[in-house]
Amino acid sequence: MAGQYLDFEEPIIELEKKIAELKSLSKNNGVDFSGEIRRLHRKANRLKDSLLSRLTRWQRTQLARHPSRPYAMDYISMMTEDFMELHGDRHFGDCHSIVGGIARLEEWSVFIIGHQKGRDLKEKMYRNFGMPQPEGYRKALRLMKFAEKFGKPIITLLDTPGAYPGIGAEERGQAEAIARNLIEMANISVPIIVVVIGEGGSGGALALGVGNRVLMLEHSVYSVISPEGCAAILWEDCKKVEEAAEALCLTSDDLFKLGVIDEIIKEPLGGAHRNPAATAGILRRVLRRHLQELTSIPPKDLVEQRREKFRNMGAFKER
Amino acid sequence: MAWFIRSKTPKEKLKVKKINIPEGLWLKCDSCKEIIYKTELDRNFRVCPKCSFHHRMNAYERIILLTDDESFVEKDTGIYPEDPLRFRDVKRYKERLKTYTKKTGIKDAVVCGEGTLNGRNVQICAMEFGFMGGSMGSVVGEKITRAIERAVNKKNPFITVSCSGGARMQEGILSLMQMAKTSVALAQLSEAKVPYISVLADPVTGGVTASFAMLGDVIIAEPGALVGFAGPRVIEQTIKQKLPEGFQRAEFLLEHGMIDMVVHRKELKNIIDKLLTLLR
Repeated sequence: MAGQYLDFEEPIIELEKKIAELKSLSKNNGVDFSGEIRRLHRKANRLKDSLLSRLTRWQRTQLARHPSRPYAMDYISMMTEDFMELHGDRHFGDCHSIVGGIARLEEWSVFIIGHQKGRDLKEKMYRNFGMPQPEGYRKALRLMKFAEKFGKPIITLLDTPGAYPGIGAEERGQAEAIARNLIEMANISVPIIVVVIGEGGSGGALALGVGNRVLMLEHSVYSVISPEGCAAILWEDCKKVEEAAEALCLTSDDLFKLGVIDEIIKEPLGGAHRNPAATAGILRRVLRRHLQELTSIPPKDLVEQRREKFRNMGAFKER
Repeated sequence: MAWFIRSKTPKEKLKVKKINIPEGLWLKCDSCKEIIYKTELDRNFRVCPKCSFHHRMNAYERIILLTDDESFVEKDTGIYPEDPLRFRDVKRYKERLKTYTKKTGIKDAVVCGEGTLNGRNVQICAMEFGFMGGSMGSVVGEKITRAIERAVNKKNPFITVSCSGGARMQEGILSLMQMAKTSVALAQLSEAKVPYISVLADPVTGGVTASFAMLGDVIIAEPGALVGFAGPRVIEQTIKQKLPEGFQRAEFLLEHGMIDMVVHRKELKNIIDKLLTLLR
């Protein structure tokens, strides 16, 4: 995963290189640089902290799409045991942009469903760059109903640029598939915990997003449209992505302030991609806390709570 | 051969010559380009008498089309949009809102209320494409949700006429959440076993298609209406191909099993009436 970084991360990378150099120097030459190394480490940490807190919303978007950022399958393998992937929507096919299955997370058997992007070009194409076809949403719904039948909690991990805009997707009802998930998720009688782990791309993300709890990793984004799409439509200029990202208010802090999400999950220093294992550990502890709370709520109240939560979303005036 | 070229010029001129029409009396059909007498077009529910092209109607015309004379009572007229993100692109969102309110005379992109359809009480919502492309923000979501709740409480059939470009970018994530909000409300309607008829008018795309518009017990589209998740331009850019003729049109959706019927505007009210009678 190392080796790929964004331009604003450069100072951190430089420092880390220096530290590595010093370490190898002291090892090979027997000279003690430990004081210097400690100093540089502290500096690197301060830098990570200050750099990431000063990012613009567009840079935050880039961070959420970071090529080294952990994807759904990474979290699944780091957080859970005995993951059994299940395939197919039983209507048409199996979409590789959405993965799902049963796993053990701490003391619970849970259903985990998430968008999946690819790491290298071959996998990216296999995963269709994380842009699901209608079959993906229908598979997700099948698994949610399966979970409901056996009373197992559901965890969804959101990370997609959006639902795929293609001829086949339209022919097979992309819009219907998303809409169906929204209404059906309102009926599911087991706990649903939604976590935005990277890019929450519009309706394609929301189709897995109707939960009792909606959480966001600190450096993820969630938006009605991508900054690129917004710039192209409203500014009629694809280069205005920075302005568009700024206007859209799509970061975890923005969404928390707008009352759309319940909690921001802090990432390790420098972001999830700098320490995937630690991020997975944090996420597991957060999920355990929510699972403990939600599994004690009667099914009827779970449905009620979820409906109430989305009923109240929006900002308008009335006189 | 100079004489030959010359003789062609007047003909070409004739082709591009503008026909001077007094403003508002005569209209040119958007599809067949025939000149139509405006009164005739209005009497024909804004359907071209020559080629049957369905011209766009505004929200109130929609409601007049589907409800009995003077039966409609508009609801939730006091709800109006705010600017939660203080959104600004080349223009401020607040400015845009003002412009469109002036232009359309309504506060946001949907008109909701109750009325009778051939004597039967119904809750009806009609979207106004003229207001920011009929986009769905918090106000549209709230008004539709309240209409659904009235339909549940009064056991009135629920009808929507969708005509929208999708979720409204200027309210960001809150617009996206309206998709969930309206769909969640429809779950209650479904439990109450109250019928929901969704009418799709040209065009319906994005977040409106991907929520309440595609969730009708019966989905009816007007002839030729463009209905899809992604707009044709986005798809063309993505796949870098020209789209086939008739792609995403009502007839295409019918062929692919996504809607129940394509109905001519003059039949619409009676078809809905028949359906509701059979479902009673």
